[in-house]
This record gives sequence, structure tokens and C-alpha cells, in this order.
Amino acid sequence: METEFKESINKAVNNANLTGALGKFSEAYKVNRAKAYEGIDFEELRGRIAELKSYAAGHLEQLSEEFAKNAEARGAKVYRTSEPAQVREYILKVARENGVKTVVKSKSMATEEIHLNQYLEEAGIKVGETDLGEWIIQLAGQTPSHMVMPAIHMTKEEVSDLFSKEVNERLSSDIPRLVKVAREQLRPAFLEADMGISGGNIAVAETGSIVLMTNEGNARLVTSLPKIHIALVGIEKLVAKYSDVATILKALPRSATAQLLTSYVSIISGPSPNTDGSLKDLHIILMDNRRSEMAADPKFKQALQCIRCASCLNVCPVFRLVGGHVFGKIYTGGIGTILTAWFDELKKSDEIQGLCIQCGACKDVCPAKIDIPELIMEIRRRLVKDQGLPMIQKAIYAVVNNRKLFHGMLRAASLAGKPFTSGGFVRHLPLFLADLTDGRSLPAIAAEPFRDRFKKIKQPKCREKAAFYAGCLIDFAYPEMGESLVKILNKAGIEVIFPEDQTCCGAPARYNGAYEVAAGNAVDNIKALLAEDVRYVVSACPTCTVALDHEFISTFESLGQTEWIPQAKELAAKTIDFSTLVKKLVDEGRLTLKEGQQLGTITYHDSCHLKRTLKVSEQPRELLGKAGYQIKEMFECDTCCGMGGSYSMKLPEISGPILQRKLRNIRETGAATVAMDCPGCVMQIRGGFDQSGGDVKVRHTVELLAEQLKD
Amino acid sequence: MYEQFKARAEGVSAEVFRFNTRMETVEFISGFLRREGISDVPGSYALWAESPFLDGIDRQALDKIGGLKFEVTRDLAAVARFGISQMNWAMADTGTLVQDSSAVEQRLVSSLTEIHIALISTGSILPDMPTLLTRLHPDQSAYIAMITGASRTADIERVLTIGVHGPSRLVIVFCDELEGAN
Repeated sequence: METEFKESINKAVNNANLTGALGKFSEAYKVNRAKAYEGIDFEELRGRIAELKSYAAGHLEQLSEEFAKNAEARGAKVYRTSEPAQVREYILKVARENGVKTVVKSKSMATEEIHLNQYLEEAGIKVGETDLGEWIIQLAGQTPSHMVMPAIHMTKEEVSDLFSKEVNERLSSDIPRLVKVAREQLRPAFLEADMGISGGNIAVAETGSIVLMTNEGNARLVTSLPKIHIALVGIEKLVAKYSDVATILKALPRSATAQLLTSYVSIISGPSPNTDGSLKDLHIILMDNRRSEMAADPKFKQALQCIRCASCLNVCPVFRLVGGHVFGKIYTGGIGTILTAWFDELKKSDEIQGLCIQCGACKDVCPAKIDIPELIMEIRRRLVKDQGLPMIQKAIYAVVNNRKLFHGMLRAASLAGKPFTSGGFVRHLPLFLADLTDGRSLPAIAAEPFRDRFKKIKQPKCREKAAFYAGCLIDFAYPEMGESLVKILNKAGIEVIFPEDQTCCGAPARYNGAYEVAAGNAVDNIKALLAEDVRYVVSACPTCTVALDHEFISTFESLGQTEWIPQAKELAAKTIDFSTLVKKLVDEGRLTLKEGQQLGTITYHDSCHLKRTLKVSEQPRELLGKAGYQIKEMFECDTCCGMGGSYSMKLPEISGPILQRKLRNIRETGAATVAMDCPGCVMQIRGGFDQSGGDVKVRHTVELLAEQLKD
Repeated sequence: MYEQFKARAEGVSAEVFRFNTRMETVEFISGFLRREGISDVPGSYALWAESPFLDGIDRQALDKIGGLKFEVTRDLAAVARFGISQMNWAMADTGTLVQDSSAVEQRLVSSLTEIHIALISTGSILPDMPTLLTRLHPDQSAYIAMITGASRTADIERVLTIGVHGPSRLVIVFCDELEGAN
């Protein structure tokens, strides 16, 4: 990564104002959002939104035409263009023809996208932002850090400094007073302006209407006081029917700010009279700027379903640390990464796409059902395809794709790591590797990997067989987890086989965009795991389980390789995660845990892939409860621990603070043990406690359950 | 539905009142304006936008209130403290008022003033927005305005602050006797 980008990250994570404000907001947001959606079937609602927006994305040309026809019939002038430059020129032309000297604007991301303010200012027209947040950043000469809350990165003291300069009077940092100053300062601007420029939250083809939402009431003034109103609308805001407005408005304010409805909603359908009796000069610009290209892309078409609520920013564990500025100038966060890749250029997303830790939190809350993490992966894939992998990664993957060499090196690492190892941890690494052990110790590579230990396990003969897919971490760092798994399954009458040719699941390559490498890993594993006929393929690593269950197939599909898809599907059908299998065995009466135990309190950390991709969260809790543990839930139990595979190595400056927050939440429960189902999370969290102190035990559910089997 | 509306609207800091007759409604409004310091000086005017409600009452009592004007211009609205207008519909599930605001005067009194007094007939409450959209169509109105609570912002440090560009108080007055203007 470029030094400049790394510097912007460091600046952000060390900005206490920023991380404080964003952190507080994100915590409150989750609670308030849930409250706003009370009594609403979110899945049903977002299903409808996805459907109506997907229809619109598939009919952009037709709906644009219909919109233009209907809006023009009502007396509006509609200008359609794909070029940002033409948008700017059109607006300037209208301004010049009408002798416009000053413009007031209500918030519009589309105008930011085309850098309109700067263009008009250079042409000698005074442009005033009127949304409070936008006005603040305009005064500060900055760009928005959040789509809905543009100035969330600034403190009241900074705002008071800016306003003091503006009014030539020393103001206190009392927020209601500052808001009053803004009202007083902006009121003359509204009354004097010759032109109002707005965006549009929705454009309705059926009626030629645009819908504007604000809480402050500035859009009402912008569209009522000046005689000219120009609305700049990206064509992804189109919907087919008037009734679609109610569907989108049911979700947008709830997802954006946890409100039932914004204070003001205006549905403007053609010009209405001005205060002097003349008719409003209403222009609506439908801007394409690569949106129809996006609609024609089978993968990215779904991104046009976005209703711009920014909930993907609000739940993102990375965004709440770094804020919007690290992402670039306009669209930020998860969806912003995708929009930047298209509306700006793919290359610009090169660095920011790397910020995504792939935890899936945004996908869970997206009211338009956009698979944001998957689309970011697709960006990575295309970047790697276009630009190739960095040399160092190329070298790594050359090794990973050669199982014997890869495993040989891991064994060698066990010896080479010795000088840095104590008590099963690597605490300090020299030189440029030091970041890796900053705030977190790494596990030492086991002296004897699971594949060797497995041969020494004596198993009873059973009628049913399961293949164990260990994954690299259990095989080479935590072999005891594998032994626990064998012990449990044997108890339930299942014999475990360990196909020797299994190798890395391909997740590290895939998450770095190296799909060809991931596909090679997939083929090797399919061959190994399907060689013997077994009832289950079980894994105690959710990331590996997701690879076997979903990603082998999607990797082949992305690459257009069809040869191995049937076998990948066969493997997926047999694949099951550890807790789900054990819960099933217990329910079927094939496995019994010790009864009447009082093992004390425990807290449970939900791993991203287990909870959000595999939808497993109750099974391990029920099993631990049955075994005699009392579960005390931690705050944000399903928020990422910051591991994210190689993420923690590429961006330790982000991974670190995410981990510290997780450690704090665990400690605050007072539980003596934290359980989880992922060896990656164990590595991260155990390593964190090793460095920060505290005697919380970090255990995989498989280890805890193996101790509580009834004889 | 009135109770649901009231609870939702009060949840976003609107003040909600309900009266039986037009007479009682007029008395409440006059009393409110006087209590809040209406007077015939800039900054203290009240502007009452054209509304069917006015047609059905004896305006004599109102004419005596100094500072209450029935003429709405942008210059007057810019220096008025109170704006009074009649709404067409209400939506119970979000506590929202809805008006055909094609006439700009209707918007001036509800967007430039500090206190917006919104009159509405109790019979105009609808359950939700899907129902509203079947009753009020762009063919009937070039500017449909929905108002939910007072003007608000949280743009500085996420602290909720009332009254940015629009009114800082929304006073909703239901009148049972008033027939809907719809």
C-alpha cells in the first residue's frame, strides 16, 4: 500500500475526536435502528426494495424516457446526459441565461460527484451549501466524511472556531447556539438566491416526480424561494411507480438515522408558482455517469439498488475507526468503495477496497439487499486481473498452490520460529515484521502438526464416517482442536478420516483477489475430500467451512470455469460446521454431555463467517449451556475481532484497535472464559490477551465440549 | 388512530391538541398567540395562510389580534414568528402531516417561521403512507409536503438540536368538527 494512504489511516485512527464521535454514534445507531424497525418485517421490506430497484436498474433507459416525458408534460425541463462535464455546462448555461449571481444548495452527493461547486465558483457564481453539515465543511474547505452526516468528524469547538470567523464574533461551543447562528447566517442566503440546486432521493418515472428528504427543512427553502430550481439526479434514483415511494421511505430514514420519517419530505411534480406569481423554472437533470454501464455488468448491477442510507458505513467496524476521509473525497464506506470504482475509476478503489475486512456486517443491514462484501471482492478480483498481484504475494501464492512445499515451509517455520517463541506464543518479531506482534502475539507453529498427530489416534470402528477438514490453523498451530473434534465424533459413533492431500482452503488468496490461486486450491481440496465416500465433511473453522460450502462454487463461477462445479456442489452438500453437526448429534441422542454441571460464566464471540454467512449462532450457545456453562453475552458479541485472515497483517493499525475494543467487551462481562468457533478468532483474541494481560481463557467450543462428554 | 398519531408526533417533539368545535379551536389559537407574545411588529407577526377553516368561522374575534395577518408574502413571512396553515391529511404510523403545498404561501408560513401551527380535521387521519399515496396524487398537487415534527439536525457531534432552517416548534391542532378539505 502507498505510504500516503497508510499515513491517512494512521492520522485517522489516532484522531480521538473522530474515532470517539464515530464510535459513539455506531454504538447508539445499532440500538436505535433496531427500535425504528420494531414491528416491521425487515426481510420482507428489503425484498420488495431490492425487487423494485432491481427492476429499475434493468430498465434505466425506458424509465428515464418515461420520467422525462411525464415531467415535461407537467412543465419541467428535463436534460439527460451521461457526461459530468455536460451537467456542469448545462447548469452554468441556465445560470448565465438568467443572470444568476448566487445559488443555494441542499445536500446532493451527485453534485459532489461532479465537483459542481468549484466549477460554478470559478465561473464567478457564489454557491452556498445550506445543509448544516455541508455548510460546516464548505467553510472548513473540506469534503464530506459521511454520506448522511458530512461533518461527523468535527468537534463543536472546531465548528465554533469556523463560525466565529464567519460572524466576526467569539462564539462559545454551545451547540444550540451554533445552530442558531447557522440559521441566522443562512437565512439571507436563501432569500437572496437566484437559483436553488438540489439532488433527489427518488425519481418517479410514472409521474415525473422527484422526492426530497431533509430534517433541517433546507430543501423546502431551496425549492421554494429562488425562482429557478435545478434538481440533479443520478439515474439510479429512478423507480417505476408512484407507490414505490412509500416502500423506499419506509426503509430509508429508519436505516439512515433510525427515524420513522425525516422531518420533511417533498414530492415535486412539475413547477409550482413562485412568490411573485410567476411559474418556477424547474430543470431536472438525469445524470448517467457510468450508471448504465454498471447496470449492464451482471455482477455490479445490484449496486444500483442502493438507496443511499449509509447504513453500511454505520455498522462497519473499519469505518468507525477511520471515518470517511480515508476512503476518498465523495462516496465513502462499503457502498462508497464500489461507487468510487465505477463513478471515478477502478484504479482509485485500489487502496480503499483493501480496507474491507469482509466481516459481512453491512450485508446484514442493507435495506436494498446488496451483497457489498461480495462486490468488493469482485473489485479485488478485477484489480488483480488488470494489474497483477504484488511481487511478494505472488511469491506466497506460488508456495500456497504447491501443498508439499507449503506444508514443508510451515514445518520449517516451527523450527525457525523457536527463537521468538515462549509459552506457545510469538511475542515479538524483528524489523518490519514487528507490526504483526504489536498488540497481539502470534501462535507458535506446533512442533507436531495435526496431520502427524492424527496417525497416532486410536479410533473405534464405526459405521458412519466423516472427513475432517482441518484448515491451516488447526493443522499447524492448534492441533489440539483437531484432537478434540475426533474425540467428540468418535463418542457419537462417527469415525474421522483425515484426507492427507487437503490443503489451504483458498480463502487468503480469494480475499486478496487472487481467484486463480483460490481455484487451484479448490480443485486440490475437492479431489482430496471426495476421494472416500463419507457422510459429512466437517470443519471447525468457519472461514474454511464457507470456502467448502459456498466459495469454491462462486470462485469457479467468477472465473467462468465450469468443469469442477458439479463436484464442488457435491462437496458443499456434505459440508457442515462443527457446532451444527454436534448440535444435531446431541438432538438425535447420539451424543450426551455431562449433566448437572456448574461450570461458571462464559461469554461467546460470534465469528463473522459463522454468524453471517453460515447463519449459525444459537447452536454453540445451546451446546455450551447444556454442558453447564452460563452464558453472559458481551456487548457487540457479533462484531468482528479484527482478524480477517491476512487483513491483520496488512492493516495492523486498523486490526489492532478493533481487537482492543473486542478485548474490552469481553473483559467487561467478567466471564473467566470466552468461547468461539473459529481458530482465526482464537489466534487474534488469545494473542491480544497474551499481550494486554488479563487471565481470560480463550477457547474454541470444540475444546470446551470435548471436556464435558459423558462417559 | 388519533392516539397513535399523537404518540408518534409527540415522539418527535410536536405539540398535539384536539378540540371539538371550530369555536374552541379558534379560542385555543388566539390564546396561544397571545401567550406566546404576538404583536404588530416585525419578528412577532402571525401569518394565516388561506384555509377552508377560515371560511367557516366568524373572523371578528381574530381581527382584533394585533399582528395576525391573512396576507402571505415572502417579505412578511421572513419576519413572522408564527405561521398557521391547514393540512390535508395525517399519517398515524409516523405522526406525519401532509399538505398539498402547490401554493407557495402554504410553504412560506410553515418553513420560514419559528412556530408552525398546523390545523387539521380529526377525520383526516390515515393509517400510513401507502394509503396516503392512493389519496393524494401528483396529478392533484405539484408540491406534496410531508411534515414530521420540528426542524432538526444532529450535524454537530451527533447532538440532536431542534430548529435549524424550519420551525423549532410544530403545534398540531385537531378539530373534530372540521370536515376534511379533501
